[in-house]
Amino acid sequence: MSGEAFLFTVFAAMTCFSAIAVVVSQTVVRMAFWLVISLGSTAALFFLANADFVGAAQLLIYVGGTLVLLVFGVMLTASGPYMKIGTSTGETVVAGLIGLLFLFVVFASVSGVNWRQPVTASADNVATGAVGNTLRPLGLSFLGARPESGVLPGEDAAGTGYLLPFEIVSVHLLVVLVGASYLARAKRRAVPVNQVV
Amino acid sequence: MMFAAQSIAEFFSFLGGWQYVVAAVIHAVLLVHVFALSPFAFIWLERKVSGRIQDRLGPTRVGGLFGWLQSLADGIKLVQKEDLCPQAADSMLFRSAPYVVCVASFAAFMVLPFSHGWVAVAADCGLFIILAILSLEVFGIIMAGYSSGSKWSLFGGMREAAQMVSYEIPLAICALVPIVAAGSLNLGEIGGMQRGWFGYWFLFHDPFTFVAFFVYFVVATASCKRAPFDLAEAESELVGGFHTEYSGMRWSYFFMGEYASMFAVCGIASILFLGGWNTGIGPIDDALYAARNAGADGTGSPALGYLANVLGVFVFVSKASFGVFVQVWLRWTLPRLRIDQVMTTCLKYLVPISCFLFLGAILWPLALVTTLGRTTWTSGPLGELVAEEVRENQVTRSLSAADVGGVAVRAAEGVVEKELVR
Amino acid sequence: MAADLNAYLLVGAVLFVCGVVCMATKRNGIGVLMGVELVLNGANVNFVAFSRYTDLGLDGQVFSLFVIVLAAAEAAVALAIALNFYNNHLTIDVDRANKLKG
Repeated sequence: MSGEAFLFTVFAAMTCFSAIAVVVSQTVVRMAFWLVISLGSTAALFFLANADFVGAAQLLIYVGGTLVLLVFGVMLTASGPYMKIGTSTGETVVAGLIGLLFLFVVFASVSGVNWRQPVTASADNVATGAVGNTLRPLGLSFLGARPESGVLPGEDAAGTGYLLPFEIVSVHLLVVLVGASYLARAKRRAVPVNQVV
Repeated sequence: MMFAAQSIAEFFSFLGGWQYVVAAVIHAVLLVHVFALSPFAFIWLERKVSGRIQDRLGPTRVGGLFGWLQSLADGIKLVQKEDLCPQAADSMLFRSAPYVVCVASFAAFMVLPFSHGWVAVAADCGLFIILAILSLEVFGIIMAGYSSGSKWSLFGGMREAAQMVSYEIPLAICALVPIVAAGSLNLGEIGGMQRGWFGYWFLFHDPFTFVAFFVYFVVATASCKRAPFDLAEAESELVGGFHTEYSGMRWSYFFMGEYASMFAVCGIASILFLGGWNTGIGPIDDALYAARNAGADGTGSPALGYLANVLGVFVFVSKASFGVFVQVWLRWTLPRLRIDQVMTTCLKYLVPISCFLFLGAILWPLALVTTLGRTTWTSGPLGELVAEEVRENQVTRSLSAADVGGVAVRAAEGVVEKELVR
Repeated sequence: MAADLNAYLLVGAVLFVCGVVCMATKRNGIGVLMGVELVLNGANVNFVAFSRYTDLGLDGQVFSLFVIVLAAAEAAVALAIALNFYNNHLTIDVDRANKLKG
């Protein structure tokens, strides 16, 4: 077993185990804890797959940003300590069975496909040290240059590469920022506290 | 000859496929020592400095003259204490929270270079990774606060969450200001670019990086939840904040994490702004650089190159420790802010200032090109150094330096042309 | 288990299914959000795996970057909606959000 396969097995097992633990946990904060482990091990899988920038972005944006936001939401919406909104046992069993069935269907269909795997797709260049330095190629691809396939800026038929999607995403984020702060601003309660059943 | 090996993995190349495993273990063990010993030193420093500032002596008994073994005595005391878990706590989260904090601040050392080439993972986007990993620490604090089952802890955790989510923004933007000057996210390359007289440090690269250093330092102090921003543990209001319910070893894990991440952010500051492992004195730096290169390519004594790197580690650690000393000094000098003042400082002042600095750092080279005809105000070797560093690392790249430079320049020209057409 | 395309796809499938089950069974609004994050993450694993093991190249990584950014945006808006819901109903139980049933 090569080192990469060993690390992959460890992190894949951690990812899957904690994803299942997210489903099984009853309190929201435990769910958040398992979600952090799951997303963190997924970032490790990204590093293993030579996608170091994506892995770091996953850690910074997902784990450090989005999840902290979610936990903040948990604290703001909890009506008591360790609030549980449980599901009945029957529902859990049915959901588990359907989930297993669904997993079987998804994986059977996915592994049935013959993906175009070029013979030269050997990114296993651990020995040369050229692992996962995707920063420059990624940055250039945002400008429309794909040096690995010999495309320079302006020569690509599509023109600007990912520059336009990037701009759209940034405007989208700005709109989301404004919209979220508008939605979440402090308002008068619709129902007075003492009248709630 | 052991000094001749370029890396630990190469030194163990006779082990075949296991060399990377052995190298990884050695790196990890070395970094664990840095992680464990830096709190040891800084806690003693904190006690000594606070004592002097309050006109006391500080620890004097344990370990002779300056009480330098005080941290060890503290550690032994904490190990002996009972490991308590309150009844109201969510025990699994309560027990695992200190480990999350520790793992996050320990993993940050993975990409922090201590000298030329002395880094566990020479990642191309090292700065991005280190900021990402440091941002995980907050999650452990929030978990500790929430799972303790105490209102003081909960308040501490919530304050920490709000503070960290806000302060990450100016931290990242300020760290980007010298990146604009360097053109690389690889911390090793950034450190190497600042060789020569201290005028070539990125601190003095342009007025924007000069201001950005101070803003970065303030934000970094806040992101380590050090006074005057230690609202998460404000002992005058919240008893102990997020660690109110902790005792013994688990409590000390939080402090190991805190002091280690102080060292980490100061290390980042010294690499980004203060020349990293370069001494700042031109001839010495050139001599050390020559010794390292000669040692590496076999033309000179490998032991001399090794010694040059050891000296580099010493310089780097001194710079980072000075940063930690300033943070300690600030803690015992300034009063604590209120939580609304902390948030106002960040969102109303630090974020706009850092955005302005970032914009200025982008426009600065353009302004210099139109007036002076070059991109730096000194006629320094930065430009040549960039090319040189890129050439050194060329082997590990799929693209050659010329390709990258040419493509980037052409891409930039294309963007400018499009803007003009519009 | 060897690290090949199918292994990555299996991890992606597990994440996806866990996310879907989480969305379907959790009654806590924020729990449902976490399910969405798991589903998006399963998709990301697939993108990165394809970018390494097939000739998709860097496009897969760029796609997963966009997915991460959009997931952050989605979480911010959904959290704002959840807070609003809590302000109006004093609970976060999504089964109580039935005012539009008529």
